[in-house]
Amino acid sequence: MTADVEHGQALTELLRANADTVVEKWVAEVAAVLRGRATRQELARDFRELYDVVLPLVGTDGRDLAGADFAEIRALLEEYSRARVRAGFTPSETASSVFSLKRTVFDLAENDEDPQLFRQLMTFSGLLDALGLWTFESYARAREEIIREQAEQLLELTTPVVKLWEGVLAVPLVGTLDSERTQIVMEKLLEALVETGSEHAIIDITGVLAVDTQVAQHLLKTVVAARLMGAECIVSGIRPQIAQTIVALGIEFGDIVTKASLADALRHALRREGVHVVRRPAGEDV
Amino acid sequence: MPSPTQGPERVPITGDDDVVRVRQLVRAYAQRMKLSLVDQTKLVTAASELARNTLVYGGGGFALVEEVHDGPRPGVRASFHDDGPGIADLDLALADGWSSGQGLGLGLSGARRLVDKFDLDTEVGRGTVVTVVKWKR
Repeated sequence: MTADVEHGQALTELLRANADTVVEKWVAEVAAVLRGRATRQELARDFRELYDVVLPLVGTDGRDLAGADFAEIRALLEEYSRARVRAGFTPSETASSVFSLKRTVFDLAENDEDPQLFRQLMTFSGLLDALGLWTFESYARAREEIIREQAEQLLELTTPVVKLWEGVLAVPLVGTLDSERTQIVMEKLLEALVETGSEHAIIDITGVLAVDTQVAQHLLKTVVAARLMGAECIVSGIRPQIAQTIVALGIEFGDIVTKASLADALRHALRREGVHVVRRPAGEDV
Repeated sequence: MPSPTQGPERVPITGDDDVVRVRQLVRAYAQRMKLSLVDQTKLVTAASELARNTLVYGGGGFALVEEVHDGPRPGVRASFHDDGPGIADLDLALADGWSSGQGLGLGLSGARRLVDKFDLDTEVGRGTVVTVVKWKR
């Protein structure tokens, strides 16, 4: 490392002496590309910080980027990429922030004839390439993280347990039922049965596109588990095409109560609860 | 002689997500060929069973989905390929209620009942190819 620093000394001196000019130009160039989506003040603050961390690394070519010497710049760029992902910048826009520094520094050293400085510039260029790629990778990682978070949030969102009546719960299932989701539905439903002391649960599959043997098996297991807890499950929302498919598949729903619509299931559950819904003749007040 | 026009499209089957992807692709083809809603659902369900078999018993593989035409009659063909252990006893595998795994034992036999044409090509140690066709009625 010490030897490397000596190697880059001429360039380091140059960059240190011209720090304000370089950062200013760098900010101006990137600000032009981003067209007002990041203010100059923000960029100036970020870039100043980056610049100060990059400066001691001049003279290294970034081949050793995973090493301890680079820990600070790695962390800084990772943070920078993450913020850019959240703000909706493209990967190119994010990585080009780093690459822009190269042009700015080259412009600065353009009129210098010193061959040693030229070599140092080449090394510096390699360092910035490595840092740019790292930015790119960090960007991709941050985005994957967001996608995973969203998938998890969606999993939670799409499986609400709602109370329809005193003692009657319902779970409207929508979309694709895989093992993970069904597991969540089952747990939530069983928990809700205990919490509310309900004796009836309606599993509505109107929004489920296809019921294959795996989905059926998950449904059956949920119903049996609920039954063990003393609650009765009704499966509703079985549309004609699903009914025909289930028959052709040969799935037996046994003694499980099934209904065509959620309304039918609710009426059934209410009747079992001893609630009678009566239509009042017109004109008669309560 | 049926002649394919659109496809085949290839979907790798290596995880649960891929089973969903196969299902969506088969549904898109079934809709494009204007299969009835019941037939669409039957074909999609069969594809779902077979893709999961490819994943669970075949250790992963791929699916091919394509249009087929038998004279004026259009249809959708889907095939499921794996390099798994193969099926030793076909009669048993196709029997209702028998499963070597944790399932209901209705996947393979049920899928056969859901489609118009069902071909099973398997050899122990070589793998399994299941091809199904559903015609527009």
